[in-house]
Amino acid sequence: MRTEHRGLRFFAYTGLAFLHLPLLFIALYAFNEADSNVNFPITGLSLRWFARALELSEIHEAVYLSISVAAMATAIAMLLGTLTATAMNRERLPGKDALATLLILPIALPGIVTGIALLASFQMLDVNPGFWTIVVGHATFCVVIVHNNVSARLQRMPSRLWEASMDLGADTLTTLRYIIVPQLGSALLAGGILAFALSVDELIVTTFTSGSDKTLPIWLMGQLGRPREAAITNVVALFMMIVTMPLILLAWHLTRERNTTGR
Amino acid sequence: MRTLSHFFYRQRTLTLLLMLTPPLLWFGVVYLGSLFNLLIQSVWVFDDMSMSVITEFTNTNFANLLTPANLDILTRTLAMACAVTLGCVLLGFPMAYYMAHFAGPAEKGFFYVAVMLPMWASFIVKAYAWTVLLAQGGVIYWLLNAMGLQFALQAVLALPVVGGDTLATSNLGRFVVFTYIWLPFMVLPIQAAIERVPVTLLLASGDLGARPFQTFRRVLWPLAFPGVVAGSIFTFSLTLGDYIIAQLVGPPGLYIGNMVYTLQGTIGNIPMAAAFTCVPIVLITLYLSLARRLGAFHAY
Repeated sequence: MRTEHRGLRFFAYTGLAFLHLPLLFIALYAFNEADSNVNFPITGLSLRWFARALELSEIHEAVYLSISVAAMATAIAMLLGTLTATAMNRERLPGKDALATLLILPIALPGIVTGIALLASFQMLDVNPGFWTIVVGHATFCVVIVHNNVSARLQRMPSRLWEASMDLGADTLTTLRYIIVPQLGSALLAGGILAFALSVDELIVTTFTSGSDKTLPIWLMGQLGRPREAAITNVVALFMMIVTMPLILLAWHLTRERNTTGR
Repeated sequence: MRTLSHFFYRQRTLTLLLMLTPPLLWFGVVYLGSLFNLLIQSVWVFDDMSMSVITEFTNTNFANLLTPANLDILTRTLAMACAVTLGCVLLGFPMAYYMAHFAGPAEKGFFYVAVMLPMWASFIVKAYAWTVLLAQGGVIYWLLNAMGLQFALQAVLALPVVGGDTLATSNLGRFVVFTYIWLPFMVLPIQAAIERVPVTLLLASGDLGARPFQTFRRVLWPLAFPGVVAGSIFTFSLTLGDYIIAQLVGPPGLYIGNMVYTLQGTIGNIPMAAAFTCVPIVLITLYLSLARRLGAFHAY
């Protein structure tokens, strides 16, 4: 038992190293002095590629587009996801199973299916690809994330809580304000944050719905075909990790509290 | 406002209807509508001459799927999806097991965050990182040289199917990248499933004379299996639909995703692209219904 445990621990930590080393290397390469992302060991460190990346207007535009798409998709997702989660929290709902399956599809089916399906429909309806078509694609899977977060919280939240509130004379609005919102708020926020992060990072659906617009992942993808200015690619890659990492940690923190205070 | 809220509280069915209308419109019309439109197009004619879609029924798109070249694409993608799923189970199960049963509370939290962060890190950044790592003159080649293991690498790369000219153009390289990217999606559901297996159950099995392998085979694995199935939905489905990694790393030879992307892009042949898309849709629908039966949806 003892040796098994030690072997397993070694394996588990090696697995973690496997998951993190590639990302750490990209972070390191962002400071590489040479305009190359291949040669190892690197010869010197420099910040000049950060300065260069800051100058490029196409990066500014990509960042701006990514963030505005994510904000819009998240807003839609928070609204729709809360509605589905609340409605499905009822014991009896006709077609509940079908609805549950429908709500898994956008993340269970590969992004390419959602992407090509939306593209085919946009083309048929003569919709020009752009900001709103990207938002539609993103919101579809973002809703699922928010829904999952909110409905997990709802399931843990005993209904007697608001029944008690109503019994004690609070009306619907008061119950909403003092019981439901404080209970759901952090789950909704966490779902929103995750949806935002997912939207900022999404590539596959976006390639089908964006037309000629470039979100940050699309810009990065296009950059891989170009051998020049590899160093700037590293800087942008590092930037993307730095933007989403705190968001993920925050979302984790918000949902974790449920485990400690929920019981 | 208050009267309004009372009204909604009393009219429960009406409220429910009002609540469900926006999401149902979104999922029913926008999402399912698009999917349906795609499926319909798969039986329409694409006219090569005018490069346009004609709304006439045909089964040629599906018949075309069965040509040797296209069957190659399907089997190639499917084989990789299976290999990656297997690879993720082999790597992910021990990690999840350690996390769930051996790590202390703080260590468990650390593991959870440490698996979750790379999972949520940008897909394209992870794929890009591996093109950098696997390149000739990159870290992995440098490391193998420093350890004097080039010959081992050459031997592996000389193998049929797995190998290739370089790591970056071999199926091995592509497999590693896929496994890397989807591994966290396997670890977390398995961990959640094992978390529910009481340690005492495993100890009892040992006390009753089972060897560690028997305990694993007869007790731990069956109880953790729903988690494995839940994880495999992601690893299988995501590999099946990928076209980015297949494009960046590995030997020439298209995947379903590349075909879909190319068909819709340069030629605008949505009907044929739709027929290709039907393969993952059908496979994953079957897989999901199987997974439901195996209890994967209760793993969370």
